[in-house]
Amino acid sequence: MSLDLNTIWFILVGVLFTGYAILDGFDLGTGALHLFTSTDKERRIMLNAIGPVWDGNEVWLVTGGGALFAAFPEVYATAFSGFYMAIMLLLLGLIFRAVAIDFRSKRESTTWRQFWDISFSFSSILSSLLIGIALGNIAWGIPLDGDFEYAGRFIRLLHPYALLVGITTVALFMMHGAIYLLMKTEGELQSKIRAWVNPTIIFFIICYILTTMATLLYVPHMSDNLKAFPPLMVIPLLNALAIANIPREIHHGREFRAFLSSCAAMAALLALFGIGMYPDLIMSNPLAANSLTIYNAASSAKTLKIMLIIAILGMPLVIAYTSSIYWIFRGKVKLDSSSY
Amino acid sequence: MDLEILSRIQFGFTIGFHYLFPVLSIGLGLFLVIMEGAYLKTKNQMYHSMTRFWVKIFALIFALGVATGIVMEFQFGTNWGTYSRFVGDVFGSALAAEGIFAFFLESGFLAILVFGWDKVKPTTHFISTILVAFGAHFSAIWIVVANSWQQTPAGHHIVGTGENARAEIVDFWQVVFNPSFLDRISHVYMGAWQAAAFFVLSVSAFYLLKNKHKDFARGSMKIGIVIALIASILQLVTGHSSANMVAEHQPAKLAAMEAHYPESAPAGLYLFGWVDEGEEKVTGIEIPGLLSFLISWDPAEPVTGLNAFEPEDRPPVNLVFQSYHIMVAIGMLLILLALIAAFKWKTGSLFESRWFLYVMVFSVVLPQIANQMGWFTAEVGRQPWIVYGLLRTKDGLSASVGSGQVLLSLIMFTLIYILLFALFIFLLNEKIKGGPEKYELKEGHMA
Repeated sequence: MSLDLNTIWFILVGVLFTGYAILDGFDLGTGALHLFTSTDKERRIMLNAIGPVWDGNEVWLVTGGGALFAAFPEVYATAFSGFYMAIMLLLLGLIFRAVAIDFRSKRESTTWRQFWDISFSFSSILSSLLIGIALGNIAWGIPLDGDFEYAGRFIRLLHPYALLVGITTVALFMMHGAIYLLMKTEGELQSKIRAWVNPTIIFFIICYILTTMATLLYVPHMSDNLKAFPPLMVIPLLNALAIANIPREIHHGREFRAFLSSCAAMAALLALFGIGMYPDLIMSNPLAANSLTIYNAASSAKTLKIMLIIAILGMPLVIAYTSSIYWIFRGKVKLDSSSY
Repeated sequence: MDLEILSRIQFGFTIGFHYLFPVLSIGLGLFLVIMEGAYLKTKNQMYHSMTRFWVKIFALIFALGVATGIVMEFQFGTNWGTYSRFVGDVFGSALAAEGIFAFFLESGFLAILVFGWDKVKPTTHFISTILVAFGAHFSAIWIVVANSWQQTPAGHHIVGTGENARAEIVDFWQVVFNPSFLDRISHVYMGAWQAAAFFVLSVSAFYLLKNKHKDFARGSMKIGIVIALIASILQLVTGHSSANMVAEHQPAKLAAMEAHYPESAPAGLYLFGWVDEGEEKVTGIEIPGLLSFLISWDPAEPVTGLNAFEPEDRPPVNLVFQSYHIMVAIGMLLILLALIAAFKWKTGSLFESRWFLYVMVFSVVLPQIANQMGWFTAEVGRQPWIVYGLLRTKDGLSASVGSGQVLLSLIMFTLIYILLFALFIFLLNEKIKGGPEKYELKEGHMA
């Protein structure tokens, strides 16, 4: 591996999608847990825990999509058109989630709120599941023809391995969301959430072990790079440590550190995914020669350079805004007149 | 049904629906800066209440803009895969820049705008308002860069041939400042300011007619009139220079806008008309020589007509003609309305003139229609090209998507968007009926 422009963009697109997973992950997880609460006030606190940040978090997806389009247009075109119905369902999920968050508390009516609560929760689960299914398919490989076009059917995208990764993603986001909520709540609701954290961790660890075994057994190419370059084994090790550290921090009542562990675990998981894929972006399965790689799918060197300048100028700003927003809205959620 | 037609209907429908919202968030961004600035300067609580009211409306509009906007970004890849492969090298950078430079700014600071009233100092809040307004204007730049490049490609070269051809950047700044960019972005901005100005005027006029929140409504209305007047008059200027740019760079589009058929002859301007595309004739009222005059200040100067282009290179004429004429007619009407409003304000009869307040209430739809018609003109007028002169629309589709799938997604979007639109109007109506929060006029803070 040499650090050429294509590799840099492989990493940068990965960083954007990792940012998305870590940040919107807890929003989606909050959505998945939303219906486990019972009173209106609790649901409002849940919503307002993500209220000021969720749409900024979604921008990571928009920017990641834009960066993929710009850096690797072939991948963007192949994946988005190949996964057509799945992408349409994801859009349905994201639209309903956005609208549900915004509309829910705008009227007093119980039926109105119940409808949007259910929309919020289901659309969050649907979106997480689809994101996971997409990742599973990319790892497994999809049939591509000589023009790099998807040559399968929608139903093929729902094979068992992809579904397993989909469910693992839902579990991961639920755990991540529960830990985030623990940080943002207090009193009775917090005790209730504390009781959810362990089941979500167990659920995730079971899924995680199953996915790891399935990957080692049935998707061996995902571990080729690790075998070829053993120092990289530090990443799965860090990943395991980060996951193991979560229950420990929760036990000691250090929610923020548990949350950081969860973020680190997600970053390590996606790094593993990236290492497994490199230098492929979409594996063609069965015809491996038709795979899209960071070289045959990339934009020109000129464009990659221009975009690198844009990223170098823009990313520090993005990190500065994101951290100042999180700083301003730190601490426990308090409902006031401007809340959802 | 045909895949190309279905994909075009879906794109047109989803972008048309999306475009209802960003124009309002761009324009209202400007209003929020003015209102909150006025509050900080005068400490008049009315401006504070005004800002808070419009921030709530802004947030509702912004949420719908985000929800419908993500559809647009994904749709290039889902439905226009071949196009995406062709333009990715050029177009993608503009979209990525929009995300990094504008969307993060806008969505991040919007959180402070909406939820941060009690969490930050008033000046920090005001700076956030300025940044949100700036972010909204800035995001328009990148998307208009991308679209203008499709209209008047520049700063690129074509690599490869046939199915594998694609455009690659040669000069980034030539791509950004392609020939139509400046005219089109200024036209878009003024359209956005008009949309927001008449929206504010409409809500304020509604309160005056209902005899509610009168000081608030008068204050909002005055700001609305100033912006409406400036934007409507400037829109005439940007419109004129946009048309001249089209004449220079996209003569087939200009010829369709006025249904000018002769290969090269002086051209008139129709006030209104109907085009018989088979007979190549227009029935309507024409001012002879005016189009020639507007382009070159000489009524006898020939203008390139549709017959100079092969039939397969011409856009649909009547559709472009009608959209363009509706847009221009509304543009003139908006100038008239803004002038009447300013005149009535000067003579002191504005707030009592019930018929005119009724006109103002309903005027909110006019800039929205004009904005939509303007985009119809621009995008239908570009046909049969998806990238003008380089790639035909029919060659830009996704190869792996069938018409059945597009029909299904089109039905899905139609149903969701009808629901969203109904809910948007319903909630907007509730918010407007709820009115601004109460405030004390004679607080000690008065400057």
